[in-house]
Amino acid sequence: MQLDKILQGEGGKLLRKIAYVAMAVFIVIDIFTHTHHAYFFWDEIPGFSSLFGFISCVVIIVVSKAIGKLWLQKKEDYYD
Amino acid sequence: MESWIHPGVVLIAGAFLLPFFKGTAKKVYLLLLPIVAFILVLKTGEGTYWVYEIFGQEIVFGRADRLARIFAYIFSTAAFIGILYGLRVKEDGHHASALIYAGSAIGVAFAGDFLTLIVFWEFMAFSSVFLILYRKTKAAYKSAYRYILVHATSGVCLMGGVFLQYGETQSIAFNPVEVGGLASALILIGFLINAAVPPFGAWLPDAYPMATVTGAIFMSAFTTKSAVYALIRGYAGTDLLIYLGVFMALYGVVYAVLENDIRRLLAYHIISQVGYMVAAVGIGTQLALNGAAAHAFAHILYKGLLFMGMGSILYMTGKDKLSELGGIYKRMPITFILYMIGAFAISSVPLFSGFVSKSMIISAAGEEHMNYVWLLLTLASAGTFLHTGLKLPYFTFMGKDSGVEAKDPPLNMLLGMGVAASLCIFVGVYPQYLYNMLPYTSIHYVPYTMDHVVWTAQILLFTWLGFYLYIKKLGGERTVSADTDWFYRKGGPVFMCFARNFVAVIDDFVSGLYKTVVEKAGFFIARKSFIFDSGVIDGIVNAVAESVKGLSRELRRFQTGLLRHYAAGILIGLLVLMNLYFLIA
Repeated sequence: MQLDKILQGEGGKLLRKIAYVAMAVFIVIDIFTHTHHAYFFWDEIPGFSSLFGFISCVVIIVVSKAIGKLWLQKKEDYYD
Repeated sequence: MESWIHPGVVLIAGAFLLPFFKGTAKKVYLLLLPIVAFILVLKTGEGTYWVYEIFGQEIVFGRADRLARIFAYIFSTAAFIGILYGLRVKEDGHHASALIYAGSAIGVAFAGDFLTLIVFWEFMAFSSVFLILYRKTKAAYKSAYRYILVHATSGVCLMGGVFLQYGETQSIAFNPVEVGGLASALILIGFLINAAVPPFGAWLPDAYPMATVTGAIFMSAFTTKSAVYALIRGYAGTDLLIYLGVFMALYGVVYAVLENDIRRLLAYHIISQVGYMVAAVGIGTQLALNGAAAHAFAHILYKGLLFMGMGSILYMTGKDKLSELGGIYKRMPITFILYMIGAFAISSVPLFSGFVSKSMIISAAGEEHMNYVWLLLTLASAGTFLHTGLKLPYFTFMGKDSGVEAKDPPLNMLLGMGVAASLCIFVGVYPQYLYNMLPYTSIHYVPYTMDHVVWTAQILLFTWLGFYLYIKKLGGERTVSADTDWFYRKGGPVFMCFARNFVAVIDDFVSGLYKTVVEKAGFFIARKSFIFDSGVIDGIVNAVAESVKGLSRELRRFQTGLLRHYAAGILIGLLVLMNLYFLIA
């Protein structure tokens, strides 16, 4: 199975390495490209969207889980 | 001009001829209907068609401008994809409801006046509810009941607002609504309910995962997006919508983190995605409104595809919980690949459709220098990739193998997904195809700039990094999440408890009083009047009683207990009331 080779074991590791390299490459490109339409001050900061993407992801997970545990999550038979 | 045929009416009328076809002819007929509707939409030139005068009011069935046409275009496309995917559905009623539902959505898009809008609005609600009922489980029946109650409320709000507005302006034309006052507020609430804007939005994640596998495809396309259309038409530039839209975008993301049901997770992401459109309507610039229409267009395709993917898992395995699935990509490879195309599209990966539509909305916020709107919508966009692009496929198709037996679904279902997937890629690679249809022609938006691609790639890659680090925390948990439907799901029993404990006690007291005081006095008087009574009154009373009994026998026939009969009754009643109103006014 082709998909298996890509997604599992060595293939998976390779995909992850590609992702790490891509992160570095895009940050480097971001440093050397000039922003044409700077709407906000952060558009000028190289790598801002990397940081913002990562923080967004962590904030979403942590905050949502906290709201869920403290308030929203109920047992599956809650409405029965 | 007179030769125009309403594409929506073709679908609705076509639904009634369904029982005359059998076997393969039925399948051909089913596929032909949305194709005919699509061709009719293509042939619709700008203009006004099917204008009638009823009680001195102008009723416009066909107001075809660019905005109406792009929505009719995508609605008829979605109808074709849904029919193709659901070709194996056995019940004629299911097909008929789907066709009427799709036709009514097209009817909403072409409606030139509020009366036409209301009629199609109600048709949408009362046809779509069957797509839940045909699931034929007890939970689905309950959910369908709540669904129709909420949508009946939406219809009543809309109608109330329209009548009030008619009282003020003597006009029922469906044009931008002047905001302020009760009339505009009621119409807005009617629209917001159907757009699933919190706190009115809980019906969506309640109902969609309860619908049939095919039904959910149709539902994900029409109700919220026709409401977005109505908002673009009526409330462009209303500031309130910016805040509601941004809130929606985040609200859907938070619930998606907590969700274990695969189709409910997708349902929460409809709310999140419609949030972008609602916010864009609020921003109200030409770029933003073009963005809202473009995003609705792209969204219908990729969300349909995602629902088809998860629906296929449910159809083939009978399971729809993250905690019960995992590792099935080996057994459903084609479904997995097609699903991922939809996932990349919703996550706005470059070269997929979401990228060219969502970025219009975010750019519109940038142009207006709305920094919080921009940041929060970008944050929500990371959340979209996190859930639909990473978490959902990881814990269903990949991850630890659950050992669940599965294989790819039948050909027609794969074809339905294939059509949607091709369109997602086509729009992403050749955005001009979509941009040429947008309402405002003076906007020239370029999605593929260096800045933009680099920026999006960073957001996506680092969201993946966050996912990878937190992967252990993200598996499905066997819980349900309380939403605003709590008020009518838990509130109902509270009301019943009040009725039993408080109202019943008073009732007991009153009947006790009646027994001791009134009855005794009554007996005394009764004895005295017995002679007169038995002679004269009895005769009259018996006659009256007999006729009442006869009448109630007749009335009982109407009490069928079938929701669709009551629904039809309500609809007929509403139409009669509307007519009366216009006769008197």
